[in-house]
Amino acid sequence: MAPTVAPGTSSPSVEVDLEDAFELSPQVSLRPEPFGALAYHFGNRRLTFLRSPDMVRLVRELEHHPSAAAALSALGIDARRWPSFRKALANLVASEMLRVRAR
Amino acid sequence: MSAPAEPATVAVPVRLGAPVSGPQPPAPVRSSLTDDLKLGLDAPICLTWELTYGCNLACVHCLSSSGRRDPRELDTAQAKAVIDELERLQVFYVNIGGGEPMIRPDFFELIRYATDHHVGVKFSTNGTRIDAAAARQLAAMDYLDVQISIDGATAEVNDPVRGEGSFDAAVAAMGHLADAGFGPFKISVTVTRHNVAQLDEFAALADRFGAQLRVTRLRPSGRGADTWHELHPTQDQQRQLYRWLMDRPDVLTGDSFFHLSAFGEALPGLNLCGAGRVVCLIDPVGDVYACPFVIHDEFRAGNVADPGGFTDVWRSSELFRSLREPSSPGACASCGSYDDCQGGCMAAKFFVGLELDDPDPECVKGAAEPLLAALGAVEPPRPAPDHSKPVAVSLARKPTT
Repeated sequence: MAPTVAPGTSSPSVEVDLEDAFELSPQVSLRPEPFGALAYHFGNRRLTFLRSPDMVRLVRELEHHPSAAAALSALGIDARRWPSFRKALANLVASEMLRVRAR
Repeated sequence: MSAPAEPATVAVPVRLGAPVSGPQPPAPVRSSLTDDLKLGLDAPICLTWELTYGCNLACVHCLSSSGRRDPRELDTAQAKAVIDELERLQVFYVNIGGGEPMIRPDFFELIRYATDHHVGVKFSTNGTRIDAAAARQLAAMDYLDVQISIDGATAEVNDPVRGEGSFDAAVAAMGHLADAGFGPFKISVTVTRHNVAQLDEFAALADRFGAQLRVTRLRPSGRGADTWHELHPTQDQQRQLYRWLMDRPDVLTGDSFFHLSAFGEALPGLNLCGAGRVVCLIDPVGDVYACPFVIHDEFRAGNVADPGGFTDVWRSSELFRSLREPSSPGACASCGSYDDCQGGCMAAKFFVGLELDDPDPECVKGAAEPLLAALGAVEPPRPAPDHSKPVAVSLARKPTT
């Protein structure tokens, strides 16, 4: 099937380290949806679809843990799936939805 | 098609009203995003709210046949109650329009109330009410976007559609916004047969004011029902527009040209009809329609004053539920481009008299042409209600002085 959202290109231009701590930008609101959640950034007007309940839980949990890895562990997410979460977190950092928090 | 490794965890960034940019997940994920959106959301992503049918202009293609205020228009308290409900639903922003929304005496009070309650505002205006003082007031607000409408890059092309003096008034407003340091406001253009040759001039005008250009599709809605046949772009112009848009992903389109994606590579943005799925319209009297271009009883889902309010209309109205059902490609089933254009725009089909599963009247493959010819003298549905002022509206070009 043909793509229905703009043909995208590259992998995220931002790399993230799962040992870093993250938090949601104070300008972002999360709205629950049947497929997961919508995140809206009131500053840059960006809307992001979080299309997995696990991803939504992770985004909500991040601020309570010393690192993304600790949050993933606490949520019981299998370490083999972490690389895909790392990419998704990089997307969210690139769009300023998430930011690195000092530990 | 290969299975995505872990599609569910991918965050898909979409900047509404802006070209999709930044990192994108692989293709299989994108199609399933469209599937999610077709099923509808708990609340609209993009909601248009027309504050009044009153307008000091009388554009020949006005999608809401605006002119006179309706005595039943929501008053300040009722409008604030709508904003309260949108805040509860986490509708992140509304597109405010009209009519000319700035003619409402409570206009600033309402947009301030909305932005104070986490409902961002983007409003469309003809610019006639933006003087230096109003521009400073707007520039001082957060979470506010302004969109100035013009339909020609010169008065000669603009004024026959929007009224004499309207081009100069709009450009004066742009100057006031720029002087006030508003930042990148938007210049919004409905693409017509007469202005499609001016696309580069529109872009230059936007650059001159540090503004962002937005171009959208003309629909045969409202007074547009009477002028669409003379104003909509020709097939050659549609192809020219498609190429121009593909070269300029920074130009905003409101994702309104998805029917052009059947030319080849898909245009940036969501290529589907969002009516009742991700968008809807609240009109000045509180009636809720499937989209801003279908102000007609057939697409009226309810009213914000109904028991259960807007929330129930959005989630449970029979009309919106039916729009979220899988739709049949109908007459487009045998066309290889259906996945690209999704059959086009519901409003465009309806108001020219086609069935909703017919091809779009501007189908780039020409599939609608025999159907349109066969309609002959059959009268298409009339847009309603009509708030036009009782004056003749004509396309005749007036001499400019």
